[in-house]
Amino acid sequence: MSQDNGVLLQLRNVTKEFGGLTAVSDVTFDLPQGQVLGLIGPNGAGKTTLFNCINGVFPVTRGQIIFRGVDMTGWKPYDVVSLGLARTHQIVRPLQELTVLENVVAGSCYGHEQRSLSQAEEIALEVLEFLHLAERRDQLAASLNVAQKKRLEMARALAARPYLLLLDEVLAGLNPTEIAEMVQVVLRIREQGVTILIIEHVMHALMNVSDRVIVLDHGELIAEGLPGEIVNDPKVIEAYLGDPALAEKLMSGG
Amino acid sequence: MSSSKPAPVGKAIDRGGFDLSAFKLGGWKYPAFWLAIGLILIGGFIPVFTGSNSWRETMFLILMAVSLASSLNIILGYTGYVSFGHIVFFGLGGYVGLYLITAHGWSLWTAALMGGLAAGTLALLLGKAILHLRGAYFALATIGVNEAVRTFINNFDLFGGAVGLEINFLVYKDYGGPATMQWLTYWAVFGLTLFIVVLSYGIKFSRFGLGLLSIREDEDAAMVLGVRTPSAKTWAYVLSAIVPGILGVIFFFRNSSIAPQEAFRLHRSIELIVMVMLGGQGTVLGPLVGATTYEALRSFLLTSPLFKDLQLAFAGLLLLLIVLFVPTGIVGWLRSRYRKLWRVLE
Ligand SMILES: Nc1ncnc2c1ncn2[C@@H]1O[C@H](COP(=O)(O)OP(=O)(O)O)[C@@H](O)[C@H]1O
Ligand SMILES: [Mg+2]
Repeated sequence: MSQDNGVLLQLRNVTKEFGGLTAVSDVTFDLPQGQVLGLIGPNGAGKTTLFNCINGVFPVTRGQIIFRGVDMTGWKPYDVVSLGLARTHQIVRPLQELTVLENVVAGSCYGHEQRSLSQAEEIALEVLEFLHLAERRDQLAASLNVAQKKRLEMARALAARPYLLLLDEVLAGLNPTEIAEMVQVVLRIREQGVTILIIEHVMHALMNVSDRVIVLDHGELIAEGLPGEIVNDPKVIEAYLGDPALAEKLMSGG
Repeated sequence: MSSSKPAPVGKAIDRGGFDLSAFKLGGWKYPAFWLAIGLILIGGFIPVFTGSNSWRETMFLILMAVSLASSLNIILGYTGYVSFGHIVFFGLGGYVGLYLITAHGWSLWTAALMGGLAAGTLALLLGKAILHLRGAYFALATIGVNEAVRTFINNFDLFGGAVGLEINFLVYKDYGGPATMQWLTYWAVFGLTLFIVVLSYGIKFSRFGLGLLSIREDEDAAMVLGVRTPSAKTWAYVLSAIVPGILGVIFFFRNSSIAPQEAFRLHRSIELIVMVMLGGQGTVLGPLVGATTYEALRSFLLTSPLFKDLQLAFAGLLLLLIVLFVPTGIVGWLRSRYRKLWRVLE
């Protein structure tokens, strides 16, 4: 995918415990610059928690997170942002009483490039255009529908012009047309050289966008490989057996 | 989105402070700014045109309420933190100022600045101690701080303990006598009101202000967007404390004395919240409209023997009605009712 084969993100034995519950257990992987890495696993496997550890929302219980050669274990989310990492939330978190434009400007001017408001506004307008939200710029974020809020979530993260983008189920809750549109968006972001770690249940979509896939189950990394290999991996299929609906999605991708 | 472009590695410098330079999102081009300034100028000059002392006293109280409410709005309306004991900054400023004037012969003006500085310093220290608390916990903590400071000063001999401090009338000679002093302090409060309204605007349309609004909407999301929430909140708190500190010195100087029960009236704190909520929290015009309306209502009620003793009950009831029926206040209601006015009523 990329000319530069350096490793952008490294996780070393990352563990997160909530009281007695181990949500993420000893996870180790490398994410090379310019790649799109898919992250799948049944509900409750610890995917979102892993994101929260990477971007500093939760301090890790053990392990190390190295981004762009900097050990950022224990950093606060805003310090992680300053290194050039942005994320979306599985459950969208728009700044409700601010306009769509203000939401995205906030993403840009507080992103790692520390843009001034006027530069941030230019970037924000560009990004809104890209995500087909430009005509809604002056609407309050609260007034958007779910699909639009998902795009806003994405726009805000993109406006930060990150090196690494963490996408948490950006396709969930969208209809097939919206999914197709969003997949195009992800592909175009990838073309621009942004490295992506993407959590997704919609397997056929994930197959289209990811270079590699890792699988989490009960907090543990149980498989890693090309998308085609993963869907036929018996360990992965077994992990999904408890959830027939998800298994269906997994299979329909293979 | 060029990942090839080098970005600084390591923790970026904290620019969450005062970057009030760019106003492209809004600001001065909006009529709301000139509307607010115009209203204050008109109101502020009424006593001059009428030449009436009673108008001057009325406007003094209104302008003071407007600036206190606008200050509170920075932390309450912009940042979403209910500072329930905000009057502590007014009282502490007043004490520090009057102490410097009575014990050390400082001039009103330098003493007023020190009052503001003291209030700002207290807010800075409190920012580290209680601004990590959210919601009701923060509100309760601010009440605790107000009570703690009041109790401390009640027993603090340097500040006159329970008796308080008193200004010798001879001091007013330096300000042209009591009558001229009343005009001087009036102009000072007038100027401060203009200042806090301009500051409110500046903050609201700055990068810093956008960070505060983000915190109000969703503090965790703001952090994930890169807002350095601890320092942004602390600065908002400090900025909201300075003007009340200065006002405390001017008010109690004019009043010629200060005592613990007058300086730290929780009752006044509640009234300030009512003013901000009544006018519309988070807007610049809101505190202006709210404070004026509330003061007008109050002076009306004060003349009625029936309501004289029920002021606090009245404030409480009003707050309840606002929260239930017009949670966005007068300005907020007008804004959503008449969408064309959205940018006029900022
Ligand atoms: N803040 C939290 N406190 C306690 N437990 C949590 C918290 N967040 C997640 N968990 C638990 O961690 C596990 C993994 O959750 P999550 O990461 O959301 O899974 P996924 O995103 O893969 O569906 C679940 O059992 C969940 O209940
Ligand atoms: Mg999840």
